[in-house]
Amino acid sequence: MEIIVNFFEKNGLIVAFVAVGIISYLGFLISKHVLKNKIPGAAVSILLGLIVAYFAGLHTGGSKGIADISIFSGMSLLGGSMFRDFAIVSTAMGASFMLIRQTGLAGAIALVLGTTVSFVGGAIIAMFFGYHDAKSIATIGAGACTFIVGPVTGAALQASSEVIALSIATGVVKSIFVTISTPFIAPYIGLNNAHSAMIYGGMMSTTSGVSAGLAATDTKLVPYGALTATFATGMGCLLCPSVFYLILEKIL
Amino acid sequence: MVIYGVSFLGACYILGQLLGEFLAKWIGVKANVGGVGFAMLFLILAHDYFNKRKLFSAEAEKGILFWSQMYIPVIVAMSATQNVVVALDSGLLAILAGVIPVFMCFACIPLLVKLTKSPLNN
Repeated sequence: MEIIVNFFEKNGLIVAFVAVGIISYLGFLISKHVLKNKIPGAAVSILLGLIVAYFAGLHTGGSKGIADISIFSGMSLLGGSMFRDFAIVSTAMGASFMLIRQTGLAGAIALVLGTTVSFVGGAIIAMFFGYHDAKSIATIGAGACTFIVGPVTGAALQASSEVIALSIATGVVKSIFVTISTPFIAPYIGLNNAHSAMIYGGMMSTTSGVSAGLAATDTKLVPYGALTATFATGMGCLLCPSVFYLILEKIL
Repeated sequence: MVIYGVSFLGACYILGQLLGEFLAKWIGVKANVGGVGFAMLFLILAHDYFNKRKLFSAEAEKGILFWSQMYIPVIVAMSATQNVVVALDSGLLAILAGVIPVFMCFACIPLLVKLTKSPLNN
């Protein structure tokens, strides 16, 4: 037993390839036979991944899902930001520069609007829950942008660690919710072309949510959505602790 | 050779991400600003440039296509390593603040699409 555990730990990335292959196979099987192709296999696989992460988290009490189980530690490498970003970049091969240039301005508007709407939405909910100081409200509002903007803003404004933790949780909920809801909402908002995908990427902000949500909806749209989403965290880190915070302070 | 494609992709990744790091430093932000986006633009433009001059072999292209097909598996691995427990257990505030703004943003998309759709695109 010990030999096997040691071996799995040493060969983490390869174990991750096998594990993801099995999850994907189950996902496509469920999609085809149980759901009759109503939900794409990629979406089911991603959802299975989240379910696995939930139970692994309950079991280990850790924060990295299945990667906290030592024999699956390689999953955090395969699912980490390096491989994720590398794979996202590779999807750009099929993207059209013409389309990107045509939609460039719309994408930029979406970035600003997406950051503003998320911040305002998050801030209003924070006020409903009894927060009255600008620092805490701004930090939670920033968390509603992405789970990186939240702690960056909180640190810049010297918010309490409890509020910062809350802003990270808010960002994680958002990322997961965008992942799950995108394939269902896509038909209603016309998310089926490069133009709307770039706007979607800017509006949603969260790179992980956008990249997973589009993967579950239509892989062809991934490069367009990811292209704008990747600027969103920077935009949020720029606006939330400065302009948005100052405006909030004036209002309160 | 396949490695040429992978190496090419890697070079675009490094250049783009580094540009994102420097841009962040320059505007005073503690995060990478658009690194992936720049890398994607480099890849599109450079691939186009070399392809037109027939300097990109089908073999080399396979090295890039492989990674674009590994995209969903990587996302599955990412999902499996998320902190789902904390997302569900962190209470109503985090859940509402994570979900309601997403609906507000979804609602803005068709509006923005309509506003920015020039007659050229149709």
